[in-house]
Amino acid sequence: MSEPGAEPVTHEVDCDLLIIGGGFAGCGAAFEARYWGRDLKVVVAEKAAIERSGAVAQGLSAINCYMGMRWNENQPEDFVRYVRNDLMGLSREDLVYDIARHVDSTVHLFEEWGLPIFTDPQTGRYVREGRWQIMIHGESYKPIIAEATRKSVDEVHERIMVTHLLPAADDPHRVAGAVGFSVRDGSFYVFRAKAVIVAASGASHIYRPRSAGEGAGRTWYPPWASGSAYALLIQMGAEMTQMENRLVVTRFKDGYGPVGAWFLLLKAIATNAAGESYETSRLPELRERVGAYADAKPMPTCLRNHLMLQEILAGRGPILLHTERVLDTPEKESIGWEDFLNMTIGQAVTWASQGIEPKSVPSELILSEPYVMGSHAVCAGAWTSGPGDLSEAEYRWGYNRMTTVAGLFGAGDTVGGSAHKFSSGSYTEGRLAAKAAVAFLRDHPDPVPVRAADVEGFRRKIFAPREHWEVEGPQVTAGTVHPEVLFPDQGLTRLEKIMDEYGGGVSANYSTSRNLLERGLGHLAALRHDMSRLGARDLHQLQRGWELDHRLWTAEAVLRHTLFREETRWPGYYYRADFPHVDDARWKCFVNSTYAPATGEWQVFTRPYRALF
Amino acid sequence: MPTFVRTDKCKGCMECVRICPSDIMHIDPEQGRAYNIEPAMCWECFACVKACPEAAIEVRGYADFAPLGHSVQPTRTPDKIEWKIRMRNGDQKEFTFPIRTTPWGSIRAPQEGASPSAEARSGELLSFEPDYLAVEALPTLPRRPTTA
Ligand SMILES: Cc1cc2nc3c(=O)[nH]c(=O)nc-3n(C[C@H](O)[C@H](O)[C@H](O)COP(=O)(O)OP(=O)(O)OC[C@H]3O[C@@H](n4cnc5c(N)ncnc54)[C@H](O)[C@@H]3O)c2cc1C
Ligand code: SF4
Ligand code: SF4
Repeated sequence: MSEPGAEPVTHEVDCDLLIIGGGFAGCGAAFEARYWGRDLKVVVAEKAAIERSGAVAQGLSAINCYMGMRWNENQPEDFVRYVRNDLMGLSREDLVYDIARHVDSTVHLFEEWGLPIFTDPQTGRYVREGRWQIMIHGESYKPIIAEATRKSVDEVHERIMVTHLLPAADDPHRVAGAVGFSVRDGSFYVFRAKAVIVAASGASHIYRPRSAGEGAGRTWYPPWASGSAYALLIQMGAEMTQMENRLVVTRFKDGYGPVGAWFLLLKAIATNAAGESYETSRLPELRERVGAYADAKPMPTCLRNHLMLQEILAGRGPILLHTERVLDTPEKESIGWEDFLNMTIGQAVTWASQGIEPKSVPSELILSEPYVMGSHAVCAGAWTSGPGDLSEAEYRWGYNRMTTVAGLFGAGDTVGGSAHKFSSGSYTEGRLAAKAAVAFLRDHPDPVPVRAADVEGFRRKIFAPREHWEVEGPQVTAGTVHPEVLFPDQGLTRLEKIMDEYGGGVSANYSTSRNLLERGLGHLAALRHDMSRLGARDLHQLQRGWELDHRLWTAEAVLRHTLFREETRWPGYYYRADFPHVDDARWKCFVNSTYAPATGEWQVFTRPYRALF
Repeated sequence: MPTFVRTDKCKGCMECVRICPSDIMHIDPEQGRAYNIEPAMCWECFACVKACPEAAIEVRGYADFAPLGHSVQPTRTPDKIEWKIRMRNGDQKEFTFPIRTTPWGSIRAPQEGASPSAEARSGELLSFEPDYLAVEALPTLPRRPTTA
């Protein structure tokens, strides 16, 4: 660790392709970049250790995106129809189709590498959890794909928190690398690259979690998902889409165990406290709110949330998932526990501690706090170019998955408009982005100069919270209360409170309005102002400080988009109380935004939705 | 406090420090042993628990909603993971699941084999396609004329 007051050591890394984030999308990009770019220098920068980084740190129990084209189970068009439906009409269908047609080859690679996939001994086919999901023994899902990554790239730089992208010296709309710092030794990292793929995470802890004390770590998306995917891009001026499309998930209460296997594979049902099914009885009121979307099959994820919320608000909760009716054999009991031991171990801990025997008693379900991400049943993220053979001109400006910034690509949670990617689809999108990035590199082989003043400016900025603390800390005796210093955890609590109360979090029953959003933006501006007084006692706090900065950028984009879309497109994810209905006539379009780094101004506007077929 | 470390077992080897995705397992400079510096940012992901060679790390459920008197503990070997669960009332459960079907280190690197052709580079196929799709050709759709 660098001594207080000492200048941090600088490491300069020159490469052709820089991949930021070694999660699912980043690992897919690493593998594919090496296949097509044998002679290129490919480098991964990752804030943790790739064997257990990102959303799949614990493992998973299912691959949620697999077509099964070889058995003619599904074709890519079927998947596009499903996603179109689930997103209430709005997704980039060219991107969705592109993932669907390639995702099977990703899953077949995983199987060859040694990922245990449940197979039916009679038919030889993978065991389906649902129409799109297959079951896996996925405890080591992440270490397995990390092994392929280590064999693919030249260097993996771990424990590097990437804080900013670097613009080219002569063109602010061309990426030239990234900067960050080592959380271990406090050194400053400058990555100079000719192309960059951002595969950093979506975001938890934008909204106040339901569990606020020690249990704040038990968010559904991991606490280390800090929205870097969005913050890095926004500050480079990249166009963003669907940032208002944030995710609320139905989960087991407290432990946040996912419900997929229980509903789809084990066929458990959910009822209100009186044991009644409530979805059909609430249909008439739903039709009034959303029109024909109420009868879409399967019912869109947000609408199922909506019905559950209404039932709870009507005093008929808690909602119960009847695990006790389906765990009738030891095999099923084992499947039920494995589902959580492989991906949400905290749920098993919750059952053990609360004395819940799922084969004897039902479990409570609850709606989570909102998350901002692009790979699940939502699609916030960057506006990217689509594949060459099928995207229309307005969705295509050259290279697949390139953002509106030259040389800057995205994949996984980073890319907006293409929902339902999950682990396999995010990996696939990383592969797509990398193949395109290699093509970009062949067309643009020259090094991209950067301005020394830019690099120096970032260096000062990155370490400012350490220096601020060194100067201000001694002015006050021990403790955490200081008139001139904001600590990262204090700033995070403030951010979560603003978003919860003004941006439609759990305490507001996901509801917001123009007046609330405008006030919320005012409070965010004050928090942004206070960020210049951020204090970090050590490198761990410095990482938390930059994570807070990235969350703040993400939060601002969410509020601005939510303010712009004057309708309630996704009831159950959020409500504009002043515009409570789906309004296809005005709003069946994408809400996009850009931030101009030079002026600090945001523009929010619409882009047309085009059906692929 | 989600993870905690047994004093008599920890050797200070730093494996947990290396692996924790949240950067919250640190070594206490006075004791030379690991501890969780920020329990409210612990996901109970068990990455550190699985990685510790001394089985020194355990998890006590989040104090806000998990009553005391339980334990969930894994033992991970190269091909399987065994879980021992102790419920609040003392009941025990054990489960074992496979984790990998091939030896660690056996993955074929993407650069093994011939370089892709120029034609493949400019097309839509990804590495090892169409073979790994297990269908004859990559699906596509006729491009629709650009709508004004
Ligand atoms: C509880 C849970 C259950 C799920 N269940 C399933 C399932 O059953 N099936 C399924 O297919 N999918 C499932 N998913 C979804 C799947 O995990 C995600 O869709 C997928 O991991 C997204 O990939 P990604 O690469 O975009 O993000 P991640 O995999 O999260 O990777 C992001 C990476 O970026 C790194 N990073 C972030 N910020 C920075 C920075 N500033 N500098 C450097 N590095 C950074 C992170 O450390 C991480 O390694 C589940 C997710 C969760 C949380
Ligand atoms: S891995 Fe185990 S033995 Fe090593 S430092 Fe951590 S707790 Fe101690
Ligand atoms: S359980 Fe996960 S988040 Fe918690 S300390 Fe261990 S590795 Fe870190």
